[in-house]
Amino acid sequence: MTPAAGVRAAEPLPNPRLLHLLVPKVLTARARSVSDKKGRGVRVALLTVIGSLFWAFIFGLLYKLLVYFRGIPEIGPLLSGKLLGLMLVSFFSILLLSNVITALSSFFLAKDLDLLVSGPVDWLRLYGAKLIETVIASSWMVALMSIPVFTAYGWVYGGGWMFGLFAVAVFIPFLVIPAVIGSAITLTLVNIFPARRTRDILSVVAVAAAAGLVLVFRLVRPEQLARPEGFKSLVDFVAVLRTPTSPFLPSEWVQRSVMGLLGEKPDWLAVYLLWTTAAAFVVLGALLHRALYVNGFSKAQESAQRWARSGILSRMIMRVLRPLGVLKQELIMKEIRVFFRDTTQWSQLILLAVLVVVYVFNIKFLPLRGEGITMWLINVVPFLNLVLAGFVLASIAARFIFPGVSLEGRTLWLLRSSPMSMRDLLWAKFWVGTAPLLILALAIVGVTDYLLKVSSFMFMVSTFTIAMMTFAISGLAIGFGTVFPQFETENAAQIPTSFGGLLFMMASVAVIGAVVVLEARPVFSFLSSRLYGSQPDLLEMVFGFGAAFALCILATIVPIRVALTRLEAVER
Amino acid sequence: MIRLSRLTKKYGNFTAVDSIDLHVPSGELFGFVGPNGAGKTTTLRMIAGILKPTGGKVEIAGIDIAKDPIAAKAKLGFIPDRPFIYEKLTGAEFLRFVAGLYGEQGPEVEHRARELMALFDLEEWRDELVESYSHGMRQKLIVSSAFVHRPQVIVVDEPHVGLDPKSIKILRELFKEYVRRGHTILMSTHTLDAAEALCDRIAIIAVGKIVACGTMDELRAGAEHKGGLEEIFMRLTGQLAARDLVEVLDA
Repeated sequence: MTPAAGVRAAEPLPNPRLLHLLVPKVLTARARSVSDKKGRGVRVALLTVIGSLFWAFIFGLLYKLLVYFRGIPEIGPLLSGKLLGLMLVSFFSILLLSNVITALSSFFLAKDLDLLVSGPVDWLRLYGAKLIETVIASSWMVALMSIPVFTAYGWVYGGGWMFGLFAVAVFIPFLVIPAVIGSAITLTLVNIFPARRTRDILSVVAVAAAAGLVLVFRLVRPEQLARPEGFKSLVDFVAVLRTPTSPFLPSEWVQRSVMGLLGEKPDWLAVYLLWTTAAAFVVLGALLHRALYVNGFSKAQESAQRWARSGILSRMIMRVLRPLGVLKQELIMKEIRVFFRDTTQWSQLILLAVLVVVYVFNIKFLPLRGEGITMWLINVVPFLNLVLAGFVLASIAARFIFPGVSLEGRTLWLLRSSPMSMRDLLWAKFWVGTAPLLILALAIVGVTDYLLKVSSFMFMVSTFTIAMMTFAISGLAIGFGTVFPQFETENAAQIPTSFGGLLFMMASVAVIGAVVVLEARPVFSFLSSRLYGSQPDLLEMVFGFGAAFALCILATIVPIRVALTRLEAVER
Repeated sequence: MIRLSRLTKKYGNFTAVDSIDLHVPSGELFGFVGPNGAGKTTTLRMIAGILKPTGGKVEIAGIDIAKDPIAAKAKLGFIPDRPFIYEKLTGAEFLRFVAGLYGEQGPEVEHRARELMALFDLEEWRDELVESYSHGMRQKLIVSSAFVHRPQVIVVDEPHVGLDPKSIKILRELFKEYVRRGHTILMSTHTLDAAEALCDRIAIIAVGKIVACGTMDELRAGAEHKGGLEEIFMRLTGQLAARDLVEVLDA
């Protein structure tokens, strides 16, 4: 008998090591980092500069604040600790939400799962590998954000180099705990609902939770807490500061550990709690994974039955679009259907609504009445309001219009092989995005102008400007979205965070700034003439508003033309 | 109906399609066979106007696709090898959308869509989102979409992938009937017995060039071999030089 045909029962079963399971991820990351794709150097340089500036800004702000706190006797360290606690609670909430979403992809929807689940990989190693993947994918941004925060604390309170190591040591379990909780929540949900339905539910819950947090934070008007008359006495104030934000939350343990080390009394119990809780959670998470994963993964392969029929609204829109012809009618209907049936897309509207409410709320509570408020200030604010409204519109366009062409990536074969010109496609995307954006823009400016009680001249200027800016922003979004497409990205929410998205935002800000600068002189001239009873310089007004108008038209048409050339050259 | 003249596609120094000349007249079902990486899909995607040729010309119904792409594509239906479609449209909506791309709508389109979906057993799924379709169902929907606007020419890349035996049989019958009505189909496939049974003429492509083209009899004569398409294919594309299996499995 040959050895190959011998008794195989004694042979150990193959079981790849945990690190082996992570090799493809490491190799992919390495391949991306050494990629010689065109323009990569410029991207890396630009992102490094922007990242460094952001870090420097956070560090600078915190440094000034902490130095100020340090100078306050008795309550200075309490204030610093409270501030750190609040930041860590925010981090923890973000991490929890982000882990729940990420765990769904990494544990249930990732493309490598068929290979891993069908291979001789034991449940524990699969759990370990996917948990590490989840921690990294969902925590890198928070980890990067925490660097300037801890550096500022270490610097101001003289923590030294050892403090850096200590911060890393307490931050690791802080990242692991929400990852385990998030994965466990997802695992449980997938066992109840099909994975695709779970993804829909999670996207809405996550966005609604984030929106709720922002709304609650804004509506309680935290700026009032800074007013000394808000507290009856110093004793009350100190009592509030001494109360732990949340004694059972890991964020509190990290805060106690860090402030303890930076102060006189290191709090080793907090460090101990962090590590033991993280370890216990990983063990419990693994046990839950063993009990539920096989069933959950199997359910994840089933798709939820999703029926859809044309409703009255759909038929009405079809009727309105009829004069445009069959092709444009179908293109626009397709855009609308795809958007409203994709939960990850329409759920962003919740955030958008919150953004608008917060914006209008801020304008409503601007202290524009009373002593020291001149007629100038009252008229300048609505003008500057245009910059902010423009920025809000650019953010919305980045989320909804910029990804339009990228999302066609996998179906480009159909559009390219059909007798439809790419011009029709781009303009359909432009109008589908611009029409609602324009309504929103006019509503924002109309409401804020009403709240600010602006003059009819300023109302006309702001309405005209915001309408022109909307066209320019949409044109830029289509242009940059086509020139820097993300054809392989399945998640629309990730597309605006790409390099092209960054460039689009920079270009939009530049155009908004230029329009406001061009209009500043004629507006100034008009308001001066009203104030001093003189005649406004007509030439200056025509030139200023005309140049702003021309700039917006150029910013609308040129990017779409460039996009057309780019799209016609795409070979997919 | 389809005419390729010195059609070439290069990716840097690599020539994927090397100066191909071909004419497929009306009423012909033409087969395109060749090993992986031979240039079949590249050629088909150039005909469909998705890839831009580095050199040469593609004419559909006498229209140069480079000069008047819209008019040329209006005569064409394309079925790709990878069934990526809009996940958030229902099957019926997708067919309506494709017909709309070709400027068609109304009761006739609805009727055709319904008939095509019924033909491929998709009727029950017509109002369900594509995201819940299996691979085979998506393939059947894409095949239906190529027929819904009744193009003069259909270019199809690997039509059998993911289809069940019943659907394969239906598809073959559909292709034959469509060609009998005077339309043209250019089909790339790895299923050699399907090509042999269905196609009026077959081209064998290897390393970007057509190494043989004609009816089965002409191919046999050219290859000096009396066997079926599989043997001729192996002989002409050098696939007989495959490694000795015993040597491979003992390694």
